Amino acid sequence: MPTTRRQFLSIAGGATVAGTIPIVTLRPLEATPAMLSTAIRNVVGEAQIRAGKIKLDIPPLVENGNTVPMTVSVASPMTANDYVKSIHIFNEKNPQPNIGNFHLNPASGRAQVSTRIRLADTQKVVAIARLSDDTFWQVAADIVVTLAACTEEMN
Amino acid sequence: MAALINVPAKAKRGDVIEIRTLTSHIMETGFRHTADGALVPRDIITSFTCRYNGTEVFRADLFPAIAANPYLSFFTVAKESGKFEFEWIGDNGYSSTASASITVE
Repeated sequence: MPTTRRQFLSIAGGATVAGTIPIVTLRPLEATPAMLSTAIRNVVGEAQIRAGKIKLDIPPLVENGNTVPMTVSVASPMTANDYVKSIHIFNEKNPQPNIGNFHLNPASGRAQVSTRIRLADTQKVVAIARLSDDTFWQVAADIVVTLAACTEEMN
Repeated sequence: MAALINVPAKAKRGDVIEIRTLTSHIMETGFRHTADGALVPRDIITSFTCRYNGTEVFRADLFPAIAANPYLSFFTVAKESGKFEFEWIGDNGYSSTASASITVE
């Protein structure tokens, strides 16, 4: 049976509607939180991330995002059988989701690292620790930033 | 390049000691523009390593979100007298080293 004009148009119309669906569902997603979860998955893989053990010390309100002091520590005995392998710090809204990766070993004695970071906006900072048994532990902190870093004009 | 290193001069064997390092570096993010719109190219330190008598005790991968003049504080167990060596590696072939001695009793 030859396809009538009416049938052809209804099929073509249906295909167009189906074709637009992925675009419509992609639109509400914000780019950077997606980058954050991708960056976390790059480190963690498919492993489960649990809450606890790790502590993130960072001021809840900062005036200048160009230099924000930050200390991350993990409750671990740091023995040859039970230690922290690495600590990974991520952000939500800087141009790039990574902040730093810190590699430790039993000779570290204490799983604690301090540094100073940049924050481009009021956002969430996430710290993830990888222990020697390859479990992952996460903590997040929300920080309000009044003067943003990273993207301002250079004078 | 100038670096400030803080390592205790003396420690008891088995003590957990804090090591603090600060080095001068612009840590240009690569996301900033000049007033006439040109992108300022990225120039950051990407890696920091601390070795204790030749053995790596701490390593960090740094990203543009680390503030200018990177400061790092971390811990290690004082095992034996000797030398800490610090190395910073970055964009455009940047490399800088520093060292500090410790006496362990």
